[in-house]
Amino acid sequence: MSQQPAPADNILELTDLTKRFGGLVAVDNVSLNIKRGEVFALIGPNGAGKTTLFNNVTGLFQPTSGRVVFDGRDITGFKPHQVARWGIARTFQNIRLFDYMTCLDNVRVGRHVRMKAKVWDSLLKLPRERREEERVTEEAMEFLRFVGIAKHANQYARNLAYGQQRRLEIARALATEPKLLLLDEPAAGFTPQEKVELMQLVKKILTRGITVFLIEHDMKVVMGISERIVVLDHGEKIAEGPPDEVRKDVRVIEAYLGKSA
Amino acid sequence: MSQRAAGGSGSILARFRLRERIRDRDQAVYGILIIAAVLFPLVTIYATDGTALVSQATRAGYFVLLAIGLNVVVGFAGLLDLGYAAFFAIGAYTYALLASPQLASSPAHHAVHLPFWLMLFVAMFVAAAAGAILGFPTLRLRGDYLAIVTLGFGEIVPQLFYNFDQWTGGINAVGIIDQPVLPAWIQGPWSGDGPVQIVRSFNFGGDPVAFYVLICILIAAAVILVSNLYRSRLGRAWMAIREDEVAAAAMGINTVTTKLLAFGIGASFSGFAGAYYAADVSLVSPDSFLFIVSITVLVMVVLGGMGNISGVIVGALVLYYVVFYLIPGLPENVTNLANSIGLSSETTHSLADATQHLNYIIYGAILVAMMLLRPQGLLPSRIREQELKHAAVQEEEAAVEMEHAT
Repeated sequence: MSQQPAPADNILELTDLTKRFGGLVAVDNVSLNIKRGEVFALIGPNGAGKTTLFNNVTGLFQPTSGRVVFDGRDITGFKPHQVARWGIARTFQNIRLFDYMTCLDNVRVGRHVRMKAKVWDSLLKLPRERREEERVTEEAMEFLRFVGIAKHANQYARNLAYGQQRRLEIARALATEPKLLLLDEPAAGFTPQEKVELMQLVKKILTRGITVFLIEHDMKVVMGISERIVVLDHGEKIAEGPPDEVRKDVRVIEAYLGKSA
Repeated sequence: MSQRAAGGSGSILARFRLRERIRDRDQAVYGILIIAAVLFPLVTIYATDGTALVSQATRAGYFVLLAIGLNVVVGFAGLLDLGYAAFFAIGAYTYALLASPQLASSPAHHAVHLPFWLMLFVAMFVAAAAGAILGFPTLRLRGDYLAIVTLGFGEIVPQLFYNFDQWTGGINAVGIIDQPVLPAWIQGPWSGDGPVQIVRSFNFGGDPVAFYVLICILIAAAVILVSNLYRSRLGRAWMAIREDEVAAAAMGINTVTTKLLAFGIGASFSGFAGAYYAADVSLVSPDSFLFIVSITVLVMVVLGGMGNISGVIVGALVLYYVVFYLIPGLPENVTNLANSIGLSSETTHSLADATQHLNYIIYGAILVAMMLLRPQGLLPSRIREQELKHAAVQEEEAAVEMEHAT
């Protein structure tokens, strides 16, 4: 591969990323750089291509053209499980938990990529597999405590309250030990109190040295936690910058904020 | 799984006891099964003065093995496999060809007689490889499409054994298959008819009890191995894929290889059972592996409680009894009943005839009734139970979730 090594301060670089579905251009020539350790927000009206962009980064979709460079490595066109292994974790807009697994098991699935047990180890329940299981259970509990739902560890994910499900999804994503965490509308459907708690949680995640890249509709949340914002409209990047600048941008107001302002 | 290590805080302990109760039900079932397995030959040999029932139990045993294997594919990983008997056939033919005079009359002109104990593992491996070969191009398919491909595979394999008659004897079947021979240290001076006999002579040559003991050991081993898998990294990955493939992939699970493993491991149990079957019956023909076998095993898994190993065993035993005893025995029982209440011999005959004709309808009716009465299976896994409990409110809640999400 002939790409030049990424500057060390960028964790994710998208270069001219385009995704077409037949005649529809969902993501149109978007370039952006996310710095290590920041909170970067992606906003835009419904159907602007935000989730599609996430899907292109995480390998769920293959970009039509353009490049995705993560942590100095060109990950364009790789499969989701490879991308997860290299350190990108995500949550989903419509929560996608393993409904009929316990919270603990959900998070332990998140530990999957950091586990070593092979089929033979598990079949024969070798001591090293047993030890790893115990260790992973402890670690999973730690992640549940981190997001504050440890007491529900042995409940089925689907029996949790809505807000707790969002938290569980974040815990599961964190369990993969990501360098970059993609949150797809983490505050959707939250009460104001829950939104405040979410912002606290995001700040806590940052202290672990994880970069956060989020899609969010709620302007209070976006303005409250993100350092930089990119605005998409009809798949195109129409603005980029710190919250205050973006808020004043005429095109943004027209495309998005204009409706409510 | 979780409870042993996670028994940290009090609330977890509360859940813990609940989980223990769940485990207890399984343990109770296993306990009953073990006791029944030990008592069954003693009682039936004493009562009937013969071993016919013991060899019937042995036949039930390989259906149990098949059901345990298919449960890995269908119950754990959620992949609908309608051609499972194909792997059974592959295992059976692997042993039959390599441990009988068959290959002497084939183009190879040389009979092979490999030992049974080795062939158990070879058959396992060959079936697993066949599973991988089938799985590799097809596991990208989902749900119904995969089911149809496996259905096709299940139809093709017996046809192959049928048509390659130079090698397999085709319709003439493979016969005179070797019986297992125990290693000398088991057949030491303390066994057999010698003066210091402790264990009775354990000779597989025509002794159904020996085969019965062997299948019990094989089933026990299969249960232990599969339970270990279920509570492991791989078992969780299977469940995750079954629940939500996209989310599983996003968590770093390679869905293709993980599903391939489910297919391969499921197939290997089938191959195992196949080799055993070939040795027990000593005659392998393509007719023994038709679609009905795949379906019967699938019904055993669903009826017993998908995903739950003890349930699947019970389901296999119950269905075996229904299919091979209750239904074939009906005309005779009806005749006896009719005689005992004093109906004329003509009516008796026509009644017996009618039951004979209605065999499959009665079978179908029993299946429908069982599934209506216990849709979750006889001994469901907790997960299945939950799923069905929630199914009713699911749509409503999904609508609420959608509202939240937008």
